[in-house]
Amino acid sequence: MKEIKNPIVSVSNLVKAFGTFHAVDDISFDVFSGEIFGFLGANGAGKTTAIKMLTGLWKPTSGKATIAGYDVYTQTEQIKRTIGYMSQKFSLYADLTVTENIRLFGGIYGLRSREIRQKTDRLLQRLELTREANTLIESLPLGWKQKLAFSVAMIHDPQLIFLDEPTGGVDPITRRQFWDLIYEAASQGKTLFVTTHYMDEAEYCDRLSMMVDGKIAALGSPGELKAGFGSPGMDDVFVQIARKGQTLTR
Amino acid sequence: MDAIQIQGVSKSFGTTRALDEITLSVPEGELFGLIGPDGAGKTTLIRILTSLLYPATGSVHVLGLDPVAAFRQLRKKLGYMPGRFSLYQDLTVEENIRLFASIFETTLEKNYVLIRDIYQQIEPFKNRKAGALSGGMKQKLALSCAMIHKPDILFLDEPTTGVDPVSRKEFWDMLHALNRDGLTIFVSTPYMDEADRCHRVGLIQEGRLLAVDTPAAISHGFDHQLFAIQSSDKFGLIRYLRAIPSHRSVFSFGSEIHYTDKNPNLTASQMEELLSAWKANHPTTTRKINPGIEDSFMSLMLDERN
Repeated sequence: MKEIKNPIVSVSNLVKAFGTFHAVDDISFDVFSGEIFGFLGANGAGKTTAIKMLTGLWKPTSGKATIAGYDVYTQTEQIKRTIGYMSQKFSLYADLTVTENIRLFGGIYGLRSREIRQKTDRLLQRLELTREANTLIESLPLGWKQKLAFSVAMIHDPQLIFLDEPTGGVDPITRRQFWDLIYEAASQGKTLFVTTHYMDEAEYCDRLSMMVDGKIAALGSPGELKAGFGSPGMDDVFVQIARKGQTLTR
Repeated sequence: MDAIQIQGVSKSFGTTRALDEITLSVPEGELFGLIGPDGAGKTTLIRILTSLLYPATGSVHVLGLDPVAAFRQLRKKLGYMPGRFSLYQDLTVEENIRLFASIFETTLEKNYVLIRDIYQQIEPFKNRKAGALSGGMKQKLALSCAMIHKPDILFLDEPTTGVDPVSRKEFWDMLHALNRDGLTIFVSTPYMDEADRCHRVGLIQEGRLLAVDTPAAISHGFDHQLFAIQSSDKFGLIRYLRAIPSHRSVFSFGSEIHYTDKNPNLTASQMEELLSAWKANHPTTTRKINPGIEDSFMSLMLDERN
C-alpha cells in the first residue's frame, strides 16, 4: 500500500446553488497526494459543477475548498498554476501542429523558450511522435491526441491533474495504454482526479466517490464499495447507488 | 428475409479509407450491434444504410431497397436517430414530435401507441423547449421522433455515448421492448459491454469488420488460454508481466490483469511458474477464465496488427 496521508484537495460542505437548485449540495471529501481518485456520477449529478469550483473557474456559493493549500475563493490564479486539466471535449487546437500546441501551452504556463524546446523534444520522443511533430492535430488518430493532450496538461509539472472523461470513444487497447500513462504519473507522485463512464476504469482508481443529485452518495476504495454493496463489480455498485440514492461513506 | 444486405461496400474520404470491403447481412427482427471505437467507420456505414451517403463501391439493400435509387421509398420506412442531438432545440417537446409526424404524413394520435412507453416519460414536460431537456430526456424525445412514423427498421448511431451506466441500461431496455414487437434494430456503440444486449454484433476497427457473430460465439472463437491475475501493486504487476518474453497480451480489467501467452495452451502450473519471481514478494491470485467480448475484440485487433 502506498503511503497517502497528505490531502492535496480538501473539500468541506461545498455548495453551488443556481437559484433554488443546489447543483452541488454540501459535499465533503479529501484527495491525498499521489492518489488516483475517481470522481463518478450520473449525467447531471453535479460532477462538472464541482470540478469547475475545484479548478478555480466558478466561485462556490458556500463551504470551503483548498487545492494544494490554495483557497478556491481567493487564490484561483495560484490554483491554475498548480493543476493540469484535460478533457475529452477540449484540449488541443486542431488546426495547429503538434509542436505548435506544445509551444502554445508551454507559453501559457509561463515556461521559458529554452525549457519549452527541451520539453518538446523529450515529449515527442517519449510519445513516439517525433515524425509527427509538424502534423496538424486534426489529422492525428484520437488515441494519439489523447496521449498528447495528457502530456501537454502536465507540461508545467503540476502536482494535481484533472482528467475529465479522458478515454471516451477510443478503442480498448488505446484506452488501456492511456491508463498506463495515468499509473506512470501516479508512480511519480502526481495526483490524478479522474471522471469516467467506464466502470472497469473505476476499479483502476485507488479511491472513488459517486455523486447523486449533488451529494456524494458513496466514497471508498473499489474493494470497500463492492463489499459494502455486495456487488461483484463497480457497474452494479453504480446502478445500486444511482437508483436508490443509498449512502455509504467512509 | 434479410432486412439489411451489404456486399463489398467501401468508402473513402480523401486518403482516409473509412470503410473497407464491408459485407454483412442482418435478418428481419434482429437487434444488431455495430461495436467499435471513434473513427472506426460506424457512422459512415449507418449513413450509407440510411441513404445519406453514397457508397463508393459495393451494393446495399435495406428492406430490399437500394438506398441510392429508391431513397424516397426507403426513407419512409426507416427510423434514424443520429449521433448528435438533431431535434429543433427551440421547439417544445410536443412541437418536435408533431413536426416529425407531419413530415411523414401521420399524426401523434395515430401512432401514439407505438411510442407510448417512451413518450409518456417525457409527456409531463411536453411544453418545455427541447433545448432545455436533460440528456436522458433528449434521448427519449429523439427516439420518439425516430419512431413516430412506424418504421420497419430503426437505425441508432451511438445513442448511449457519454451517457451514464444507469441511463444506458434504461435505454437498452427501451430498445428491447421495441425489438420484442418485431422491429429490426441496427445500433452502433463504442461500449463493448453493450454487446451482450444484442442478438449479434459486428466488431469494427479502422473500416474493417473483425468479426460478425453472436457475442457468445465471438468469445468462443478466442483461441488462447486466458488468465486473470490479481495482486496489490497492479502497475508493478503489469510491468512484470510485460517483461515475460513469451507474453502475448497484458491488459487491465477492473481489479485484475488479463494475460495471454504466445503459447496458446499455457497451463495453470506454467502460469504459476512465470509468476514465481513476482509471487515471492507479492500476494497474488491467479485463475483461468473465459474471455468476454472485450478480450475478443483486443485479441482480434492484435491479430490484425501482426
